[in-house]
Amino acid sequence: MALAGLQEDGFVTTQLDAAINWARKNSLWPMPMGISCCAIEMMATASPRFDISRFGSEVMRFSPRQCDVMIVAGTVTYKMSRVVRKIYDQMPDPKWVISMGACASSGGMFRSYSVVQGIDQFLPVDVFVAGCPPRPENLLHALIELQKKIAEERTLGDLVSGGRREKLFIAETGEASRVAAV
Amino acid sequence: MTNALVLEKLTASCGGAILGSSEFRGDLTVTVRKEEIVAVCRFLRDDPGLAFDMLVDLLGIDMYRPDGRFEVLYNLYSLKNRAYVRIKVAVEEDDCVVPTVSGVWTAADWHERETWDMMGIRFAGHPDLRRMYMPEEYAYHPLRKDFPLLGIPDSIPLPRK
Repeated sequence: MALAGLQEDGFVTTQLDAAINWARKNSLWPMPMGISCCAIEMMATASPRFDISRFGSEVMRFSPRQCDVMIVAGTVTYKMSRVVRKIYDQMPDPKWVISMGACASSGGMFRSYSVVQGIDQFLPVDVFVAGCPPRPENLLHALIELQKKIAEERTLGDLVSGGRREKLFIAETGEASRVAAV
Repeated sequence: MTNALVLEKLTASCGGAILGSSEFRGDLTVTVRKEEIVAVCRFLRDDPGLAFDMLVDLLGIDMYRPDGRFEVLYNLYSLKNRAYVRIKVAVEEDDCVVPTVSGVWTAADWHERETWDMMGIRFAGHPDLRRMYMPEEYAYHPLRKDFPLLGIPDSIPLPRK
């Protein structure tokens, strides 16, 4: 093989998965599903001080058709769950979900009949972020962890078999732990 | 307009409907027989001296006791006289129906719907007694004291995963 010669001419060889994932993970356009106070921290994350655009995610789109990752930032009531799910359904594949804060992840302080006790009951969540609300750094950390996760995806293989098989939990200390999804 | 004057006028016209009254820090509360609530409300609104033309709030309370479990309260305000009065009605658990006052104050319409939804107190003669917040097919009334805080599992359907 004359690979060495190709590289001298400016060509790079890589896996197709790696190239696709590299493109996907560095332009994650968020769907800002801001439904409570977590949305304020999400907006701060987009501001110059924290600057989410360093990770290619500054393009918050208010149309689900143009989004890659839905950031559910806030308390999801049973009434709202249908709306959240519908917006998720309208996002084109491939798509990911970040569950931001205690309310979205577990119902938080709203131990109530009207609040869904964790959005993973009706959405396939990729990353859970602890905090009430989480600091912008922690949301950025979730994004970075999601990028790592996307980099490891078997994009071509998943096209055939379908589905992602792992959940990520980001603690308030920033510690990330992985759990295999059922 | 003093509380004594309100009570005096009310006793003179609807004396038979009044079961009792109390005053706390200048607020007058009058307990009224359930059957007479519409007549009492109409009098309070239409009497030119009283003119309680505004229904500030209408709510139900679950006292969670064997007798007179529920109470329905009517907070009234007179824009002309700048005076408040509170009317109270006792409701038994096995007869959770109160005559509607939506014919007296239109504002009562939604307040009564909310009270029905949250407390399960029906309002006889209400023009459109649908639930206010919960799904129409929901079988429970969440603000009753015997309703569990976290609700009934699977009583509200979630979207498919």
